[in-house]
Amino acid sequence: MFSGFMVNTWIVASIVAVVAGTVGFFTVLRGSAFVAHAIPNGSFAGAAGASLIGISTIIGLGVFSLGGALGIGLLSRRGRHDVATALTLVFMLGLGALFLSFSIEYAPEIYSLLFGEVLGISSNELAPTAALAIVCLAAIALLYRPLMLSSVIPDVGEARGISTFQMELCFLVVVALATTMTVPVVGTALIFSLMIGPPASARSFTDRPHVAIALSVAIALIVIWVAIAVSYNTNWPVGFFVGVSSAASYAVGRGWAFWRRRAARTLPSAGGG
Amino acid sequence: MQPVLRAILEPGFFSSSSVQVAAVIGAIVALASGGLGVFTVIRGQAFAGEALGDLGAAGGSSAYLIGIAPLWGFIGAAVAAAGVMELIGIQRERGRDLATGIVLGAGFGFAALFLYLGTTYHSTTGATITILFGSIFALSSSMIPLVLAFAVTALGIVVALYRPLLLSSVSPELAAARGIPVRLVGGLYLLAMALAVALSAVTIGAILSTALLVGPAATALRLTAKPGRAIITAGLLGLAAIWLGILLAYDSYYWPPQRHGWPVSFFVVTLILIAYLLAGRLPARGGNRGRQAPPPHTAGAGAAVPGGGG
Repeated sequence: MFSGFMVNTWIVASIVAVVAGTVGFFTVLRGSAFVAHAIPNGSFAGAAGASLIGISTIIGLGVFSLGGALGIGLLSRRGRHDVATALTLVFMLGLGALFLSFSIEYAPEIYSLLFGEVLGISSNELAPTAALAIVCLAAIALLYRPLMLSSVIPDVGEARGISTFQMELCFLVVVALATTMTVPVVGTALIFSLMIGPPASARSFTDRPHVAIALSVAIALIVIWVAIAVSYNTNWPVGFFVGVSSAASYAVGRGWAFWRRRAARTLPSAGGG
Repeated sequence: MQPVLRAILEPGFFSSSSVQVAAVIGAIVALASGGLGVFTVIRGQAFAGEALGDLGAAGGSSAYLIGIAPLWGFIGAAVAAAGVMELIGIQRERGRDLATGIVLGAGFGFAALFLYLGTTYHSTTGATITILFGSIFALSSSMIPLVLAFAVTALGIVVALYRPLLLSSVSPELAAARGIPVRLVGGLYLLAMALAVALSAVTIGAILSTALLVGPAATALRLTAKPGRAIITAGLLGLAAIWLGILLAYDSYYWPPQRHGWPVSFFVVTLILIAYLLAGRLPARGGNRGRQAPPPHTAGAGAAVPGGGG
Protein backbone atom coordinates (compact mmCIF):
# COMPACT_ATOMS: atom_id res chain seq x y z
CA MET A 1 0.00 0.00 0.00
CA PHE A 2 2.95 2.33 0.54
CA SER A 3 5.06 0.85 -2.22
CA GLY A 4 6.81 2.89 -4.94
CA PHE A 5 3.93 3.69 -7.29
CA MET A 6 1.63 4.54 -4.39
CA VAL A 7 3.88 7.28 -3.02
CA ASN A 8 2.72 9.74 -5.68
CA THR A 9 -0.87 8.91 -4.89
CA TRP A 10 -0.46 9.66 -1.20
CA ILE A 11 1.32 12.95 -1.90
CA VAL A 12 -1.14 14.18 -4.52
CA ALA A 13 -4.17 13.11 -2.51
CA SER A 14 -2.85 14.95 0.54
CA ILE A 15 -2.27 18.13 -1.49
CA VAL A 16 -5.77 17.86 -2.91
CA ALA A 17 -7.25 17.42 0.55
CA VAL A 18 -5.44 20.48 1.90
CA VAL A 19 -6.67 22.67 -0.96
CA ALA A 20 -10.18 21.24 -0.91
CA GLY A 21 -10.45 21.67 2.84
CA THR A 22 -9.34 25.31 2.65
CA VAL A 23 -11.29 26.40 -0.42
CA GLY A 24 -14.22 24.34 0.81
CA PHE A 25 -14.42 26.32 4.02
CA PHE A 26 -15.25 29.43 2.00
CA THR A 27 -17.55 27.45 -0.27
CA VAL A 28 -19.64 26.39 2.69
CA LEU A 29 -19.42 29.82 4.32
CA ARG A 30 -20.66 31.53 1.15
CA GLY A 31 -23.30 28.90 0.43
CA SER A 32 -21.67 28.20 -2.94
CA ALA A 33 -22.05 24.43 -3.01
CA PHE A 34 -23.70 24.65 -6.41
CA VAL A 35 -20.70 26.49 -7.86
CA ALA A 36 -18.33 23.91 -6.36
CA HIS A 37 -20.39 21.27 -8.14
CA ALA A 38 -20.85 23.12 -11.43
CA ILE A 39 -17.28 24.24 -12.17
CA PRO A 40 -15.57 20.84 -11.81
CA ASN A 41 -18.45 19.01 -13.44
CA GLY A 42 -18.67 21.37 -16.39
CA SER A 43 -14.94 21.60 -16.89
CA PHE A 44 -14.94 17.95 -17.80
CA ALA A 45 -16.15 19.14 -21.21
CA GLY A 46 -12.78 20.88 -21.49
CA ALA A 47 -11.01 17.59 -20.98
CA ALA A 48 -13.13 16.02 -23.71
CA GLY A 49 -12.38 18.92 -26.04
CA ALA A 50 -8.67 18.78 -25.27
CA SER A 51 -8.47 15.11 -26.12
CA LEU A 52 -10.37 15.82 -29.34
CA ILE A 53 -7.88 18.35 -30.65
CA GLY A 54 -4.95 16.56 -29.04
CA ILE A 55 -3.71 18.97 -26.41
CA SER A 56 -3.02 18.36 -22.75
CA THR A 57 -6.06 17.59 -20.59
CA ILE A 58 -5.02 20.09 -17.99
CA ILE A 59 -5.16 22.96 -20.50
CA GLY A 60 -8.67 21.99 -21.55
CA LEU A 61 -9.74 21.75 -17.92
CA GLY A 62 -8.14 25.08 -17.10
CA VAL A 63 -9.78 26.92 -19.99
CA PHE A 64 -13.21 25.47 -19.30
CA SER A 65 -13.14 25.89 -15.55
CA LEU A 66 -12.02 29.51 -15.86
CA GLY A 67 -14.57 30.08 -18.61
CA GLY A 68 -17.24 28.51 -16.42
CA ALA A 69 -16.23 30.65 -13.45
CA LEU A 70 -16.41 33.84 -15.50
CA GLY A 71 -19.66 32.72 -17.12
CA ILE A 72 -21.28 32.15 -13.75
CA GLY A 73 -19.94 35.44 -12.42
CA LEU A 74 -21.10 37.52 -15.37
CA LEU A 75 -24.46 35.81 -15.90
CA SER A 76 -25.36 36.18 -12.25
CA ARG A 77 -24.83 39.93 -12.39
CA ARG A 78 -28.15 40.14 -14.16
CA GLY A 79 -30.27 37.34 -12.82
CA ARG A 80 -30.48 34.73 -10.16
CA HIS A 81 -27.24 33.15 -9.09
CA ASP A 82 -28.44 29.58 -9.09
CA VAL A 83 -30.05 29.96 -12.50
CA ALA A 84 -26.82 31.41 -13.89
CA THR A 85 -24.85 28.53 -12.40
CA ALA A 86 -27.25 25.92 -13.74
CA LEU A 87 -27.29 27.38 -17.25
CA THR A 88 -23.51 27.70 -17.38
CA LEU A 89 -23.18 24.11 -16.20
CA VAL A 90 -25.63 22.65 -18.71
CA PHE A 91 -24.09 24.64 -21.54
CA MET A 92 -20.63 23.35 -20.71
CA LEU A 93 -21.97 19.81 -20.44
CA GLY A 94 -23.75 20.25 -23.77
CA LEU A 95 -20.44 21.20 -25.34
CA GLY A 96 -18.95 18.16 -23.63
CA ALA A 97 -21.60 15.94 -25.21
CA LEU A 98 -20.75 17.46 -28.58
CA PHE A 99 -17.01 16.87 -28.16
CA LEU A 100 -17.64 13.31 -27.02
CA SER A 101 -19.80 12.60 -30.04
CA PHE A 102 -16.88 13.61 -32.25
CA SER A 103 -14.39 11.37 -30.57
CA ILE A 104 -14.79 7.63 -30.67
CA GLU A 105 -13.53 5.63 -27.75
CA TYR A 106 -13.69 7.56 -24.59
CA ALA A 107 -15.84 5.70 -22.07
CA PRO A 108 -13.13 4.62 -19.58
CA GLU A 109 -11.56 8.06 -19.63
CA ILE A 110 -14.91 9.69 -18.90
CA TYR A 111 -15.34 7.40 -15.97
CA SER A 112 -11.96 8.27 -14.52
CA LEU A 113 -12.54 12.00 -15.12
CA LEU A 114 -15.79 11.80 -13.23
CA PHE A 115 -14.73 9.53 -10.44
CA GLY A 116 -10.97 9.84 -10.37
CA GLU A 117 -8.05 7.51 -10.73
CA VAL A 118 -6.15 8.13 -7.56
CA LEU A 119 -4.46 4.78 -7.86
CA GLY A 120 -2.54 5.54 -11.01
CA ILE A 121 -0.85 8.91 -10.65
CA SER A 122 2.42 9.38 -12.49
CA SER A 123 5.23 11.44 -11.05
CA ASN A 124 5.04 14.07 -13.81
CA GLU A 125 1.60 15.04 -12.51
CA LEU A 126 3.14 15.98 -9.19
CA ALA A 127 4.69 19.29 -10.20
CA PRO A 128 1.63 20.91 -11.83
CA THR A 129 -0.59 19.77 -8.97
CA ALA A 130 1.76 21.21 -6.36
CA ALA A 131 2.18 24.46 -8.30
CA LEU A 132 -1.55 25.01 -8.70
CA ALA A 133 -2.10 24.12 -5.06
CA ILE A 134 0.39 26.77 -4.00
CA VAL A 135 -1.29 29.36 -6.23
CA CYS A 136 -4.69 28.46 -4.76
CA LEU A 137 -3.53 28.63 -1.17
CA ALA A 138 -1.63 31.87 -1.81
CA ALA A 139 -4.74 33.42 -3.37
CA ILE A 140 -6.82 32.42 -0.36
CA ALA A 141 -4.18 33.78 2.03
CA LEU A 142 -3.99 37.05 0.11
CA LEU A 143 -7.76 37.46 -0.09
CA TYR A 144 -8.37 36.10 3.38
CA ARG A 145 -9.74 39.18 5.17
CA PRO A 146 -11.79 40.79 2.38
CA LEU A 147 -13.13 37.41 1.29
CA MET A 148 -14.14 36.53 4.83
CA LEU A 149 -15.85 39.87 5.37
CA SER A 150 -17.58 39.80 2.01
CA SER A 151 -18.77 36.23 2.61
CA VAL A 152 -20.16 36.77 6.09
CA ILE A 153 -21.51 40.31 5.94
CA PRO A 154 -21.46 41.53 2.34
CA ASP A 155 -23.08 44.86 3.25
CA VAL A 156 -20.30 45.80 5.64
CA GLY A 157 -17.79 44.66 3.04
CA GLU A 158 -19.36 46.95 0.45
CA ALA A 159 -19.32 49.82 2.93
CA ARG A 160 -15.59 49.28 3.41
CA GLY A 161 -15.01 49.37 -0.32
CA ILE A 162 -14.86 45.62 -0.96
CA SER A 163 -16.87 44.93 -4.09
CA THR A 164 -19.05 41.85 -3.56
CA PHE A 165 -18.94 41.19 -7.30
CA GLN A 166 -15.15 41.31 -7.45
CA MET A 167 -14.86 39.04 -4.43
CA GLU A 168 -17.31 36.64 -6.02
CA LEU A 169 -15.25 36.58 -9.22
CA CYS A 170 -12.03 36.06 -7.26
CA PHE A 171 -13.61 33.22 -5.35
CA LEU A 172 -14.92 31.62 -8.54
CA VAL A 173 -11.45 31.81 -10.08
CA VAL A 174 -9.94 30.13 -7.02
CA VAL A 175 -12.50 27.34 -7.31
CA ALA A 176 -11.62 27.06 -11.00
CA LEU A 177 -7.91 26.77 -10.18
CA ALA A 178 -8.58 24.15 -7.54
CA THR A 179 -10.70 22.29 -10.10
CA THR A 180 -8.02 22.34 -12.77
CA MET A 181 -5.53 20.92 -10.37
CA THR A 182 -7.69 18.23 -8.86
CA VAL A 183 -9.98 16.97 -11.58
CA PRO A 184 -7.42 15.01 -13.60
CA VAL A 185 -6.28 13.37 -10.41
CA VAL A 186 -9.31 12.71 -8.32
CA GLY A 187 -12.36 13.33 -10.48
CA THR A 188 -15.21 15.80 -10.36
CA ALA A 189 -17.32 13.83 -7.92
CA LEU A 190 -14.54 13.43 -5.45
CA ILE A 191 -13.42 17.04 -5.37
CA PHE A 192 -16.98 18.21 -4.87
CA SER A 193 -17.55 15.87 -1.92
CA LEU A 194 -14.26 16.97 -0.35
CA MET A 195 -15.15 20.63 -0.72
CA ILE A 196 -18.52 20.26 1.02
CA GLY A 197 -18.50 17.47 3.60
CA PRO A 198 -15.36 18.16 5.68
CA PRO A 199 -15.79 21.97 5.92
CA ALA A 200 -19.47 21.63 6.81
CA SER A 201 -18.52 19.12 9.46
CA ALA A 202 -15.74 21.36 10.80
CA ARG A 203 -18.13 24.27 11.12
CA SER A 204 -20.35 22.31 13.48
CA PHE A 205 -17.42 21.81 15.85
CA THR A 206 -16.19 25.38 16.06
CA ASP A 207 -17.19 28.95 15.23
CA ARG A 208 -13.65 30.26 14.99
CA PRO A 209 -12.61 30.52 11.34
CA HIS A 210 -8.93 29.60 11.76
CA VAL A 211 -9.74 26.54 13.82
CA ALA A 212 -12.51 25.59 11.40
CA ILE A 213 -10.16 25.79 8.39
CA ALA A 214 -7.54 23.68 10.16
CA LEU A 215 -10.15 21.18 11.23
CA SER A 216 -11.65 21.10 7.75
CA VAL A 217 -8.24 20.30 6.25
CA ALA A 218 -7.67 17.62 8.88
CA ILE A 219 -11.03 15.97 8.21
CA ALA A 220 -10.46 16.14 4.45
CA LEU A 221 -7.08 14.46 4.92
CA ILE A 222 -8.58 11.71 7.04
CA VAL A 223 -11.39 11.18 4.56
CA ILE A 224 -9.11 10.86 1.57
CA TRP A 225 -6.53 8.71 3.36
CA VAL A 226 -9.17 6.31 4.58
CA ALA A 227 -10.73 6.24 1.11
CA ILE A 228 -7.44 5.43 -0.59
CA ALA A 229 -6.54 2.76 1.95
CA VAL A 230 -9.91 1.04 1.70
CA SER A 231 -10.06 1.43 -2.07
CA TYR A 232 -6.58 -0.09 -2.38
CA ASN A 233 -7.64 -3.11 -0.38
CA THR A 234 -11.08 -3.67 -1.88
CA ASN A 235 -10.47 -2.51 -5.45
CA TRP A 236 -13.72 -0.53 -5.32
CA PRO A 237 -13.63 2.99 -6.77
CA VAL A 238 -12.08 5.61 -4.54
CA GLY A 239 -14.88 8.07 -5.37
CA PHE A 240 -17.36 5.87 -3.58
CA PHE A 241 -15.41 5.91 -0.33
CA VAL A 242 -14.71 9.64 -0.53
CA GLY A 243 -18.36 10.46 -1.21
CA VAL A 244 -19.67 8.28 1.57
CA SER A 245 -17.09 9.22 4.19
CA SER A 246 -17.49 12.94 3.43
CA ALA A 247 -21.19 12.62 4.06
CA ALA A 248 -20.43 10.57 7.17
CA SER A 249 -18.11 13.29 8.49
CA TYR A 250 -20.92 15.79 8.03
CA ALA A 251 -23.30 13.48 9.89
CA VAL A 252 -20.81 13.23 12.76
CA GLY A 253 -20.58 17.03 12.88
CA ARG A 254 -24.33 17.40 12.93
CA GLY A 255 -24.57 14.74 15.63
CA TRP A 256 -21.97 16.56 17.73
CA ALA A 257 -23.81 19.89 17.37
CA PHE A 258 -27.08 18.24 18.31
CA TRP A 259 -25.54 16.52 21.34
CA ARG A 260 -23.93 19.78 22.50
CA ARG A 261 -27.20 21.67 22.23
CA ARG A 262 -28.90 19.02 24.31
CA ALA A 263 -26.13 19.06 26.88
CA ALA A 264 -26.36 22.85 27.02
CA ARG A 265 -30.08 22.64 27.62
CA THR A 266 -29.92 20.10 30.43
CA LEU A 267 -27.05 21.88 32.18
CA PRO A 268 -27.80 25.58 31.71
CA SER A 269 -24.91 26.66 33.94
CA ALA A 270 -22.38 24.81 31.82
CA GLY A 271 -23.81 25.85 28.46
CA GLY A 272 -21.53 28.62 27.30
CA GLY A 273 -22.09 28.14 23.60
CA MET B 1 -37.53 26.87 -52.60
CA GLN B 2 -37.32 23.10 -52.68
CA PRO B 3 -33.59 22.83 -51.83
CA VAL B 4 -33.97 25.30 -48.96
CA LEU B 5 -36.80 23.29 -47.51
CA ARG B 6 -34.78 20.15 -48.00
CA ALA B 7 -31.88 21.65 -46.11
CA ILE B 8 -34.09 22.57 -43.18
CA LEU B 9 -36.13 19.38 -43.13
CA GLU B 10 -34.07 16.43 -44.15
CA PRO B 11 -36.20 13.88 -46.00
CA GLY B 12 -37.75 11.31 -43.74
CA PHE B 13 -37.85 13.51 -40.67
CA PHE B 14 -41.56 13.12 -40.01
CA SER B 15 -41.80 9.48 -41.04
CA SER B 16 -38.97 8.23 -38.84
CA SER B 17 -40.49 6.41 -35.90
CA SER B 18 -37.60 7.11 -33.55
CA VAL B 19 -38.03 10.82 -34.28
CA GLN B 20 -41.75 10.57 -33.58
CA VAL B 21 -41.24 8.84 -30.25
CA ALA B 22 -38.49 11.29 -29.32
CA ALA B 23 -40.74 14.21 -30.21
CA VAL B 24 -43.67 12.91 -28.17
CA ILE B 25 -41.65 11.99 -25.06
CA GLY B 26 -39.58 15.15 -25.40
CA ALA B 27 -42.74 17.21 -25.55
CA ILE B 28 -44.27 15.60 -22.45
CA VAL B 29 -41.06 16.01 -20.50
CA ALA B 30 -40.44 19.57 -21.67
CA LEU B 31 -43.96 20.71 -20.78
CA ALA B 32 -43.79 19.13 -17.32
CA SER B 33 -40.27 20.38 -16.54
CA GLY B 34 -40.92 23.85 -17.91
CA GLY B 35 -44.11 24.26 -15.92
CA LEU B 36 -42.63 22.93 -12.68
CA GLY B 37 -39.45 24.86 -13.26
CA VAL B 38 -41.12 28.22 -12.67
CA PHE B 39 -41.47 27.32 -9.00
CA THR B 40 -37.94 25.89 -8.95
CA VAL B 41 -36.62 29.25 -10.09
CA ILE B 42 -38.84 31.31 -7.79
CA ARG B 43 -37.86 29.13 -4.83
CA GLY B 44 -34.17 29.22 -5.74
CA GLN B 45 -33.92 25.44 -5.95
CA ALA B 46 -32.04 25.11 -9.22
CA PHE B 47 -29.26 23.28 -7.41
CA ALA B 48 -31.73 20.81 -5.93
CA GLY B 49 -33.14 20.23 -9.41
CA GLU B 50 -29.70 19.58 -10.84
CA ALA B 51 -28.78 17.33 -7.91
CA LEU B 52 -31.98 15.28 -8.24
CA GLY B 53 -31.20 14.67 -11.89
CA ASP B 54 -27.67 13.53 -11.09
CA LEU B 55 -28.88 11.37 -8.24
CA GLY B 56 -31.54 9.90 -10.46
CA ALA B 57 -28.70 8.97 -12.77
CA ALA B 58 -26.97 7.27 -9.86
CA GLY B 59 -30.15 5.31 -9.30
CA GLY B 60 -30.28 4.53 -12.98
CA SER B 61 -26.83 3.04 -12.78
CA SER B 62 -27.95 0.79 -9.93
CA ALA B 63 -30.96 -0.34 -11.94
CA TYR B 64 -28.61 -1.89 -14.48
CA LEU B 65 -27.11 -3.85 -11.61
CA ILE B 66 -30.17 -5.33 -10.01
CA GLY B 67 -31.96 -5.78 -13.29
CA ILE B 68 -34.97 -3.50 -12.97
CA ALA B 69 -36.03 -1.01 -15.63
CA PRO B 70 -33.88 2.16 -15.49
CA LEU B 71 -37.00 4.31 -15.14
CA TRP B 72 -37.74 2.85 -11.72
CA GLY B 73 -34.13 3.24 -10.65
CA PHE B 74 -34.12 6.90 -11.65
CA ILE B 75 -37.42 7.68 -9.98
CA GLY B 76 -36.70 5.67 -6.84
CA ALA B 77 -33.32 7.32 -6.34
CA ALA B 78 -34.61 10.83 -7.02
CA VAL B 79 -37.54 10.46 -4.64
CA ALA B 80 -35.32 8.96 -1.94
CA ALA B 81 -32.81 11.79 -2.40
CA ALA B 82 -35.57 14.37 -2.15
CA GLY B 83 -36.61 12.75 1.13
CA VAL B 84 -33.09 12.92 2.57
CA MET B 85 -32.64 16.55 1.46
CA GLU B 86 -35.91 17.46 3.10
CA LEU B 87 -34.86 15.66 6.30
CA ILE B 88 -31.50 17.39 6.65
CA GLY B 89 -32.77 20.84 6.08
CA ILE B 90 -33.49 21.93 2.52
CA GLN B 91 -36.43 23.95 3.78
CA ARG B 92 -34.23 26.53 5.46
CA GLU B 93 -32.75 29.25 3.29
CA ARG B 94 -29.29 28.95 4.88
CA GLY B 95 -28.84 25.21 4.96
CA ARG B 96 -30.51 24.43 1.64
CA ASP B 97 -27.45 24.62 -0.49
CA LEU B 98 -25.44 22.53 1.94
CA ALA B 99 -28.14 19.88 2.38
CA THR B 100 -28.30 19.48 -1.38
CA GLY B 101 -24.53 19.34 -1.65
CA ILE B 102 -24.09 16.67 1.00
CA VAL B 103 -26.71 14.41 -0.53
CA LEU B 104 -25.30 14.98 -4.01
CA GLY B 105 -21.76 14.20 -2.86
CA ALA B 106 -22.81 10.94 -1.25
CA GLY B 107 -24.93 10.11 -4.29
CA PHE B 108 -21.97 10.64 -6.60
CA GLY B 109 -20.06 8.17 -4.48
CA PHE B 110 -22.73 5.56 -4.97
CA ALA B 111 -22.91 6.33 -8.69
CA ALA B 112 -19.17 5.68 -8.91
CA LEU B 113 -19.62 2.35 -7.19
CA PHE B 114 -22.64 1.21 -9.19
CA LEU B 115 -21.11 2.17 -12.51
CA TYR B 116 -17.92 0.41 -11.52
CA LEU B 117 -19.77 -2.75 -10.51
CA GLY B 118 -21.91 -2.47 -13.63
CA THR B 119 -18.92 -2.31 -15.94
CA THR B 120 -17.07 -4.99 -14.00
CA TYR B 121 -19.75 -7.63 -13.75
CA HIS B 122 -22.13 -6.78 -16.55
CA SER B 123 -19.76 -5.34 -19.14
CA THR B 124 -22.05 -2.43 -19.95
CA THR B 125 -19.23 -0.09 -20.93
CA GLY B 126 -21.45 2.48 -22.55
CA ALA B 127 -23.62 2.83 -19.46
CA THR B 128 -21.80 5.88 -18.11
CA ILE B 129 -22.40 7.82 -21.29
CA THR B 130 -25.97 6.68 -21.82
CA ILE B 131 -26.92 7.58 -18.28
CA LEU B 132 -25.29 10.99 -18.33
CA PHE B 133 -26.18 12.13 -21.78
CA GLY B 134 -29.30 10.13 -22.51
CA SER B 135 -30.17 8.79 -25.90
CA ILE B 136 -33.37 10.36 -27.04
CA PHE B 137 -33.44 8.56 -30.37
CA ALA B 138 -33.27 5.18 -28.65
CA LEU B 139 -36.54 5.48 -26.72
CA SER B 140 -39.27 2.96 -27.25
CA SER B 141 -42.88 3.95 -27.79
CA SER B 142 -43.96 1.59 -25.01
CA MET B 143 -42.54 4.12 -22.54
CA ILE B 144 -45.00 6.82 -23.54
CA PRO B 145 -47.91 5.86 -21.23
CA LEU B 146 -45.67 5.54 -18.17
CA VAL B 147 -43.87 8.81 -18.92
CA LEU B 148 -47.19 10.53 -19.42
CA ALA B 149 -48.53 9.14 -16.13
CA PHE B 150 -45.54 10.39 -14.13
CA ALA B 151 -45.58 13.79 -15.84
CA VAL B 152 -49.28 14.20 -15.10
CA THR B 153 -48.69 13.19 -11.47
CA ALA B 154 -45.90 15.74 -11.09
CA LEU B 155 -47.91 18.53 -12.71
CA GLY B 156 -51.01 17.43 -10.77
CA ILE B 157 -49.22 17.98 -7.46
CA VAL B 158 -48.30 21.50 -8.53
CA VAL B 159 -51.78 22.32 -9.81
CA ALA B 160 -53.40 20.99 -6.64
CA LEU B 161 -51.05 23.03 -4.48
CA TYR B 162 -50.94 26.06 -6.75
CA ARG B 163 -52.04 28.84 -4.39
CA PRO B 164 -50.33 27.71 -1.16
CA LEU B 165 -47.22 26.78 -3.12
CA LEU B 166 -47.04 30.15 -4.82
CA LEU B 167 -47.52 32.04 -1.58
CA SER B 168 -45.02 29.95 0.37
CA SER B 169 -42.51 30.28 -2.47
CA VAL B 170 -42.76 34.05 -2.66
CA SER B 171 -43.09 34.74 1.05
CA PRO B 172 -42.73 31.83 3.48
CA GLU B 173 -43.42 34.07 6.49
CA LEU B 174 -46.70 35.35 5.10
CA ALA B 175 -47.73 31.83 4.14
CA ALA B 176 -46.95 30.55 7.62
CA ALA B 177 -48.94 33.41 9.12
CA ARG B 178 -51.93 32.40 7.01
CA GLY B 179 -51.74 28.88 8.39
CA ILE B 180 -50.25 27.20 5.32
CA PRO B 181 -48.08 24.20 6.28
CA VAL B 182 -45.02 25.62 4.50
CA ARG B 183 -42.77 22.67 5.13
CA LEU B 184 -45.32 20.14 3.93
CA VAL B 185 -45.98 22.15 0.79
CA GLY B 186 -42.24 22.47 0.17
CA GLY B 187 -41.76 18.75 0.68
CA LEU B 188 -44.53 17.88 -1.75
CA TYR B 189 -43.08 20.27 -4.30
CA LEU B 190 -39.69 18.63 -3.91
CA LEU B 191 -41.39 15.29 -4.56
CA ALA B 192 -43.02 16.62 -7.72
CA MET B 193 -39.69 18.01 -8.85
CA ALA B 194 -37.99 14.68 -8.17
CA LEU B 195 -40.56 12.93 -10.36
CA ALA B 196 -40.27 15.41 -13.22
CA VAL B 197 -36.48 15.55 -13.13
CA ALA B 198 -36.04 11.78 -12.88
CA LEU B 199 -38.42 11.38 -15.76
CA SER B 200 -36.53 13.74 -18.00
CA ALA B 201 -33.15 12.41 -16.85
CA VAL B 202 -34.06 8.86 -17.81
CA THR B 203 -35.51 9.80 -21.17
CA ILE B 204 -33.34 12.63 -22.44
CA GLY B 205 -30.35 12.61 -20.06
CA ALA B 206 -29.31 14.33 -16.87
CA ILE B 207 -27.92 17.40 -18.66
CA LEU B 208 -31.16 18.14 -20.44
CA SER B 209 -33.25 17.56 -17.35
CA THR B 210 -31.57 20.50 -15.61
CA ALA B 211 -31.57 22.59 -18.75
CA LEU B 212 -35.30 22.10 -19.31
CA LEU B 213 -36.16 22.61 -15.66
CA VAL B 214 -34.26 25.86 -15.16
CA GLY B 215 -33.71 27.47 -18.56
CA PRO B 216 -37.22 27.93 -19.98
CA ALA B 217 -38.61 28.90 -16.57
CA ALA B 218 -35.93 31.53 -15.98
CA THR B 219 -36.48 32.87 -19.49
CA ALA B 220 -40.24 32.97 -18.97
CA LEU B 221 -39.84 34.81 -15.68
CA ARG B 222 -37.81 37.42 -17.54
CA LEU B 223 -40.62 37.81 -20.05
CA THR B 224 -43.56 37.99 -17.69
CA ALA B 225 -44.05 38.57 -14.00
CA LYS B 226 -47.33 36.68 -13.79
CA PRO B 227 -46.71 33.14 -12.51
CA GLY B 228 -49.56 31.53 -14.43
CA ARG B 229 -48.38 33.01 -17.71
CA ALA B 230 -44.80 32.18 -16.87
CA ILE B 231 -45.71 28.50 -16.41
CA ILE B 232 -47.38 28.32 -19.81
CA THR B 233 -44.59 30.30 -21.49
CA ALA B 234 -41.94 28.09 -19.89
CA GLY B 235 -43.69 24.91 -21.02
CA LEU B 236 -43.91 26.21 -24.58
CA LEU B 237 -40.31 27.45 -24.58
CA GLY B 238 -39.13 24.05 -23.39
CA LEU B 239 -41.22 22.37 -26.06
CA ALA B 240 -39.82 24.64 -28.77
CA ALA B 241 -36.27 24.04 -27.59
CA ILE B 242 -36.55 20.27 -27.57
CA TRP B 243 -38.35 20.03 -30.91
CA LEU B 244 -35.91 22.36 -32.59
CA GLY B 245 -33.07 20.46 -30.95
CA ILE B 246 -34.38 17.17 -32.31
CA LEU B 247 -34.80 18.70 -35.77
CA LEU B 248 -31.27 20.12 -35.76
CA ALA B 249 -29.81 16.87 -34.46
CA TYR B 250 -31.60 15.00 -37.21
CA ASP B 251 -30.30 17.41 -39.83
CA SER B 252 -26.79 17.23 -38.42
CA TYR B 253 -26.32 13.71 -39.71
CA TYR B 254 -25.16 15.41 -42.89
CA TRP B 255 -22.92 17.96 -41.16
CA PRO B 256 -19.20 17.55 -40.60
CA PRO B 257 -17.44 15.48 -39.39
CA GLN B 258 -19.87 13.13 -41.13
CA ARG B 259 -19.73 10.11 -38.87
CA HIS B 260 -23.00 10.49 -37.04
CA GLY B 261 -25.29 13.22 -35.82
CA TRP B 262 -24.50 15.93 -33.33
CA PRO B 263 -26.06 15.31 -29.92
CA VAL B 264 -29.55 16.66 -29.23
CA SER B 265 -28.45 17.85 -25.80
CA PHE B 266 -25.93 20.24 -27.32
CA PHE B 267 -28.56 21.90 -29.50
CA VAL B 268 -31.16 22.09 -26.77
CA VAL B 269 -28.86 23.67 -24.17
CA THR B 270 -27.55 26.14 -26.75
CA LEU B 271 -31.07 27.17 -27.76
CA ILE B 272 -32.10 27.51 -24.13
CA LEU B 273 -29.07 29.62 -23.25
CA ILE B 274 -29.61 31.90 -26.28
CA ALA B 275 -33.29 32.33 -25.40
CA TYR B 276 -32.35 33.21 -21.81
CA LEU B 277 -29.77 35.77 -22.92
CA LEU B 278 -32.14 37.29 -25.48
CA ALA B 279 -34.92 37.55 -22.90
CA GLY B 280 -32.52 39.49 -20.69
CA ARG B 281 -32.03 41.99 -23.49
CA LEU B 282 -35.73 42.74 -23.79
CA PRO B 283 -36.60 46.06 -22.19
CA ALA B 284 -39.44 45.33 -19.78
CA ARG B 285 -41.22 42.53 -18.05
CA GLY B 286 -44.84 41.89 -18.89
CA GLY B 287 -46.82 44.21 -21.15
CA ASN B 288 -46.33 44.08 -24.87
CA ARG B 289 -44.16 40.98 -25.10
CA GLY B 290 -45.56 39.52 -28.28
CA ARG B 291 -44.41 42.40 -30.44
CA GLN B 292 -40.70 41.83 -30.10
CA ALA B 293 -39.20 41.03 -33.47
CA PRO B 294 -36.99 37.98 -33.27
CA PRO B 295 -33.41 38.72 -34.29
CA PRO B 296 -32.64 37.28 -37.71
CA HIS B 297 -30.50 34.25 -38.48
CA THR B 298 -29.93 33.09 -34.93
CA ALA B 299 -31.03 29.62 -34.03
CA GLY B 300 -32.34 30.95 -30.76
CA ALA B 301 -34.85 33.18 -32.48
CA GLY B 302 -37.00 30.16 -33.11
CA ALA B 303 -36.96 29.28 -29.45
CA ALA B 304 -37.83 32.81 -28.44
CA VAL B 305 -40.86 33.22 -30.66
CA PRO B 306 -43.28 30.85 -28.93
CA GLY B 307 -42.46 32.53 -25.65
CA GLY B 308 -43.31 35.90 -27.09
CA GLY B 309 -46.57 34.60 -28.47
CA GLY B 310 -47.54 32.50 -25.44
